[in-house]
Amino acid sequence: MVHNIDPMIPIPAHIRRVNWETEDTFTLLLEPECGNNNKFQFLPGQFNMLYAFGIGESAISISSDPFKKNTISHTIHRLGIVTNSLSQLKHGDTIGLRGPFGSGWPVENAKGMDVCIVAGGIGLAPLRPVIYSILRSRKKYRKIFLLYGARSPLDLLYRAELEQWGKFPDIHVLITADHGDSSWKGNVGVVTKLFSYIKLDGFRTTAMICGPEIMMKFTLQELQQYGVPPNQIFISMERNMKCGIGLCGHCQCGPKFVCKDGPVFPLPQVSHLLDKKEI
Amino acid sequence: MAIKDLSEILQTHPFVNDLTEQHLQTLISCVTNVRFSEGTYIFHEGEEADKFYLIRAGRVALEIHAGKKGIIRVQTIGPGEVLGWSWLISPYRWHYDACVVEDVRALTFDGKCLRTKCETDHNFGYEMLKRFSQVLEQNLKATRMQLLDIYGS
Repeated sequence: MVHNIDPMIPIPAHIRRVNWETEDTFTLLLEPECGNNNKFQFLPGQFNMLYAFGIGESAISISSDPFKKNTISHTIHRLGIVTNSLSQLKHGDTIGLRGPFGSGWPVENAKGMDVCIVAGGIGLAPLRPVIYSILRSRKKYRKIFLLYGARSPLDLLYRAELEQWGKFPDIHVLITADHGDSSWKGNVGVVTKLFSYIKLDGFRTTAMICGPEIMMKFTLQELQQYGVPPNQIFISMERNMKCGIGLCGHCQCGPKFVCKDGPVFPLPQVSHLLDKKEI
Repeated sequence: MAIKDLSEILQTHPFVNDLTEQHLQTLISCVTNVRFSEGTYIFHEGEEADKFYLIRAGRVALEIHAGKKGIIRVQTIGPGEVLGWSWLISPYRWHYDACVVEDVRALTFDGKCLRTKCETDHNFGYEMLKRFSQVLEQNLKATRMQLLDIYGS
């Protein structure tokens, strides 16, 4: 549900909090003006276009609990002009927001299954709403695995939550960093290495993957070894999104528009595109 | 610990999956059960590499001293994995320090003893080489991915 009659017109959203997750990544807690006492509804995996007035728009995944509808959060990597401008916002400031757009993770269809969530870097942000959703209906799922990799221990997002989730007896949280100093007691190595510490029941597993495409490619190889059927694997693609509704073509990936048909795709729809150069 | 008990423990480790009974017995003749406490070093860079370890529990970090950057942990090795391949390749010296970051239970194998057995029984030697080639291949793949710095941009 897009919270405006015209999906190209932004609604105001007020900054309620800014949390710095890492040196260059921050989370904005927003209160959108939905009007008529409407709540902001979204599916885990969807994104919004955030508009820094006078600067430009950027497509950012929603990273908050979908059941909390008064406020939403977006975790943003400070990388370009727009995200740099968003990083300078303070409590009480206002931005424009269009959305939510795109497809979501198969949270409902995964009920009754094991769920293997694999995230790399900021890829954990669009998967965080999935974790919130699963934890709210924990008994409807079988085993839950969260495999998360980052460049260094300092680049791990949501560290307090990761620690909290790791204490739950029925969710297996495995974290790794590409390298660490001597104070880091956790795993060191790429995220795919974590597969050697878990046992997946391939046919009863739904896998959700978000991260750099090269990480997803190697993750797919691991999932194939476990015999997870391709139609039970979902990946989130990242492209340069502009309009959010499949009109402008900026995010076209082969025959798909990532903003409209994705960003979450079942693997069979995009597997042939992953190895193609310049798509 | 009795040889029979060690044999049972050894057979739970993925490294020996599908190894013949004869080759298992050869391995067992060179094995010792060991424990290391958190914070201790199993070996240091430059020392003679005369062993390898099958990790049963705990975690070991491979460290390198990078000058002003201090100590960098480049890999951790956990349950079901193999620590150490330098025992097999001349000049038989460790390339990293191995620091225990979580109490370790492991089986350790005498490298000199095994090298002799590899030379006298080439079938056994080939089997070892195949298995350690897999360890090396996994390490190489992981290192290449680390070098790509995939989360960096």
